[in-house]
Amino acid sequence: MNALKIWIGKSGLGSVLILALIILVVFPLTMDLFRLNLVGKYLTYGFVAVGLVMLWGYGGVLSLGQGVFFGLGGYMMAMFMKLEASDPVTTKIQSTPGIPDFMDWNQITELPFWWEPFRHLPLALIAVLLVPTLLAFIISYAMFKRRVGGVYFAIITQAVALIMTVLIIGQQGYTGGVNGITDLKTMLGWDTREDTAKYILYFVNGGLLIGAILLCRWIQMSKLGTLLLAMRDKEDRVRFSGYDVSMFKVFAFCLAAMLSAIGGAMFTLQVGFMSPSFVGIVPSIEMVIFAAVGGRMSLVGAVYGTLLVNFGKTYFSESFPDLWLFLMAALFIGVVLAFPNGLAGLYESHVKPLFGRRKAKPETTAAPGDGTPHTSTGGKPLSRGAPISGDVQGQSA
Amino acid sequence: MSFTDITNIALMQGFAGLSLFAVLLLMGLGLAIIFGQMGVINMAHGEFMTIGAYTIYMFSTLTETYLPGFVSAYFPVAIIAAFFIAFVFGWIVEWALIRHLYKRPLDTLLATWGLSLAMQQTFRSVFGAREVSPTLPDWLLGSWAPAEGLDIPINGMFVLGLTAVVTGGVLLALYRSRWGLRVRATVANRPMANATGINTKRTDRLTYAIGCGIAGVAGAAFTTIGSTGPTSGSLYIVDAFLVVTFGGAGSLLGTVASAFGIAQTQSIAEFFLTGSMAKVLTLLLIVTILMIRPQGLFASKIRR
Amino acid sequence: MSNTDFVLAVEDLTVSFDGFKAIDALTLYVDRGELRVIIGPNGAGKTTLLDLICGKTRASAGSIKFKNVEMTKLQEHKIVRAGIGRKFQTPSIYENLSVFKNLEVSFPRGRSVFGALGFRCTDEVRERVQSVADEIGLGDALDVEAGLLSHGQKQWLEIGMLLMQEPELLMLDEPIAGMSVRERELTAELLARICKGRSVIVIEHDMDFVKRIAHKVTVMHQGKILAEGSMDKVQNDPKVIDVYLGH
Repeated sequence: MNALKIWIGKSGLGSVLILALIILVVFPLTMDLFRLNLVGKYLTYGFVAVGLVMLWGYGGVLSLGQGVFFGLGGYMMAMFMKLEASDPVTTKIQSTPGIPDFMDWNQITELPFWWEPFRHLPLALIAVLLVPTLLAFIISYAMFKRRVGGVYFAIITQAVALIMTVLIIGQQGYTGGVNGITDLKTMLGWDTREDTAKYILYFVNGGLLIGAILLCRWIQMSKLGTLLLAMRDKEDRVRFSGYDVSMFKVFAFCLAAMLSAIGGAMFTLQVGFMSPSFVGIVPSIEMVIFAAVGGRMSLVGAVYGTLLVNFGKTYFSESFPDLWLFLMAALFIGVVLAFPNGLAGLYESHVKPLFGRRKAKPETTAAPGDGTPHTSTGGKPLSRGAPISGDVQGQSA
Repeated sequence: MSFTDITNIALMQGFAGLSLFAVLLLMGLGLAIIFGQMGVINMAHGEFMTIGAYTIYMFSTLTETYLPGFVSAYFPVAIIAAFFIAFVFGWIVEWALIRHLYKRPLDTLLATWGLSLAMQQTFRSVFGAREVSPTLPDWLLGSWAPAEGLDIPINGMFVLGLTAVVTGGVLLALYRSRWGLRVRATVANRPMANATGINTKRTDRLTYAIGCGIAGVAGAAFTTIGSTGPTSGSLYIVDAFLVVTFGGAGSLLGTVASAFGIAQTQSIAEFFLTGSMAKVLTLLLIVTILMIRPQGLFASKIRR
Repeated sequence: MSNTDFVLAVEDLTVSFDGFKAIDALTLYVDRGELRVIIGPNGAGKTTLLDLICGKTRASAGSIKFKNVEMTKLQEHKIVRAGIGRKFQTPSIYENLSVFKNLEVSFPRGRSVFGALGFRCTDEVRERVQSVADEIGLGDALDVEAGLLSHGQKQWLEIGMLLMQEPELLMLDEPIAGMSVRERELTAELLARICKGRSVIVIEHDMDFVKRIAHKVTVMHQGKILAEGSMDKVQNDPKVIDVYLGH
C-alpha cells in the first residue's frame, strides 16, 4: 500500500486522478447538459494540447499545424456520419439520391471513390487513427531525417495547414467547402443528438482523454521520455550515443498527430459538424497557446489550460467581442515573457511550497534559466520539471 | 484564337505574376532581414504591411479632404511615410518585446503572433472591419498598350519599379553601408562584433525596424493591386515565410529568386486551374522542394 | 582500398568548406589497443577530423574504414553502433538528469523507438552503471544531478557515458580542459586503464599530459599530417618545431 502511494506520487498520477475526478464526476454533477457539452467540446482540444506537451514540451519540436490532424480526424468521422445521414430515402429529393447534399449542390453525380471506405464504421475508425498518423510520418520523416528542426519545421507545418484549408474550401463538391460537413445525426443508427447520447459521448471523450494522458505519462516515464528530454537539450550527445534522433522526433510528432485526430473525431461526434475553421493556421496556433497556458511540460496542465482559455474565449467573445483578441494577445505575450511554464509552473513555484509536506524536497538548483524547482524523490530522480527556457535554438537547418 | 492572342495573354498573365512577385518580394525582403539575418520569427510582419497600406489610405483620405489639388502628388510622400511609420512601430516593438526573446526563437513566434492579433483588432477598431481602398492618383490608373490586344496595367509597372528601387536599396545598404557591415558582423559573430565596439543591441533594433519599414512599403505597393482590411497582411504571412525559407535564409538573392519563382508558378497555374487549386499546387510544390532541399535554393556550405 | 589490420584506416580524406580545405588528403592509421594523441596548432583541423570520423561532418573525398568497413556514408548513429564513441570538446551531458540516468541512457540497449519504450532498467544495467561509475570516480554520486558536478567530473561523466557503449574506438576531444592538476593525474590513469582492449584517439594541447599518455603522436597542420611517431621523435622534428612547438 505504501509502495503504491510512493509510486503514485512519483509518477504524478495524483494530479491525473484529480483531473479525472473533475472531468468525470465534478463537471457532470454541477453542470447542465448544454454546458457539459461545451466542456466536452473543449476537452477534444485537450487531446491536441496533450499531444503538444509531448511534442513541444518534451520533444522540443513546435508544430503549427496540429489543426490539420484534428481536422483530418474530425472530417473522417464526419464523412462516415454524413454518408449514414445521406441514405437514398432521406435524400430522395436530390437529383442524385444517396450522396451527401453538398455534393448534389455541386453537380456531382457519383460518390467519389475515396468516400467509399467511410460507409463502414470500422474502416472509418481505422482511418481516423492511421491517416493523420501516416501523414505526420511522411512530413516529419522527410524533415527530421534532413535535420530540419525548430523554426523551419514550424513554418512547414504552418504551410501544410494553409494547404489543407485552401484545399478543403476550394474543393467544396468533395469536402463541403467553407461550411464543412454538417447535419450529422447518427452513428450506426444511434442518435448522437439525444441527451443520453450526449452524456455517453461526454464520458467516452473524458475517459479517452484521461487514457491519453496516462499513455503519455507512461511514455514520459520510459526511457523514451528520458531520451526526448535529453534530445531537446543535447541533441548531438544523444545522436552520438547511438540513437537515431530523427526517429524519436518522428514518433513524438506521430503520437501528437494521432491524439489530435482522436480529439477531432470526438469533436465531430459531440458537436455534430466539422468545418475548415478547425484546420487552418489560426486554430492550430490557438491550440499551441492552450498547451502553453497550461504549462508546456505538464500533461494535466495542458488540459486545464485548454479549459481555461476556452471558457475565457466563450465568455469574452460573447460579452466583450472587441476585447477578446486583445486578451488573447496578452495571453500569448504574457505566457512567453512572464510565465514560460504556464499554470503548471505557477503551481510548482507558488502553490506547492505552501503545502510543504515533503520537508527536504524543493532543492531549487541554481541551473541558469531554470524556472522550476527540481523534485528529487529519493533513489531515482525523475526528469520532471526540466528547464524549458533552452527552447530548441541552434538546430535550425 | 490566333497566335498573337495567345502570346498576349501569356504576357499579361506573366505580368500579373510580376505584381504578385513585387508584393511577395517586398514582404520577403523585410522578413529576410528580420528572419534571415536576425533569426527572429516575426509573425506580425503581415500587420506591419497592413500599417503601410492603411498609411496610404489615411494620406489619400486626408489629401482628398484638405488638399484636393494635391491628389495626384500624395502617393510618393505617402510611401515614404508608410516606411517611417512602420519603422517607428518596429522600433518600439523591438524594444518592448523582441529584445527579451532573442535566444528563444519559438517563443518569439508565439509572442509576435499575439502581437499580430492585437494589431488586427486595433485596425478593426480604428478603420472598421470593412476593406478600404485609397483613391489612387490618375497617373497610376489605366494601362499601357504597346501592341494591339496587349494591356499592361500602369500600377503594376509602378509597383515593379518601386520594388526594384527598394530591393536595390536594401542590397546596397546591406553590402555597402556601415549599418550593413554591422548587421553582417553581428550575424556572423555576435560576441566578436560586440568586442569590436559594435552596439549589437542597437544594430538589432535598427535592423528589425528597417525590416518592418520595408513591410510598410510592401503595404503601400499592395494598395495598388488590392483593397486593405484588418487581416490583409496575415494572408501573406505564410507566403512571405515560404519565400524566405525557399530562397535560403540569409540569402537576399535567394529571396528575390524564390519570390519570382513562387509568384510566376502561382500565376501560371492560375491560368489553367482555379485560384485555390493554383495556390494549393504552388504551396505543395514549395513544401515538397523544401523537404528534399531544406536549406533552400541558395545556401552556402559552412562549418557548423 | 585494401583491407588492413588497423582498427581505423583513414585514407586520402578531404573536406572543404566553400573551397577552404579543412582536411587535405589526410591519411592516418590507428592500431588496435593504441592510444593516439593528435596535436597541432589551432585551426589545424583536429576537431574536424573527429567530426569526419564520427559522421558529424561529411567528407568531400577519401575513405574512413573502421575494422575494414567504410564509414563515410553511414549515418551518425550507425557509426556509433559500429563501435566508435566520441566525446565533445565542452562536456556534453544531460545536466537535468542524475548521473545514474546519464549513464543508463547511454547503455546500448533499447536504441530504437519502441525498444526505448520497452526498455527496463534490469539488474544487469544497474551493475554496469555502477561499475562504470566506479571507474570514473563517480560511484558515490549516482543520484546527483549532473548539472551540479564539477567541470572535471562532467568530463569524466561524458567519458563514462561512452564507456557504457563499450566502443572499440574512443575519441576524446580535449578531455582535460579545465581540470585541476589532481584531476589531470586521475584522468591520465583513467585513460591508461580504458585503452586496454580498445583504441583511443585523444586531442590535447597539454604537452606534459600528452607525453604521459601517448603511445604515438600525430601532429596536424593546415589539414595535413606534419609528423607522426613517438613523442620524442615528433618533438625533435624540425618541421614540427617550426610550426608548433617552437613558438
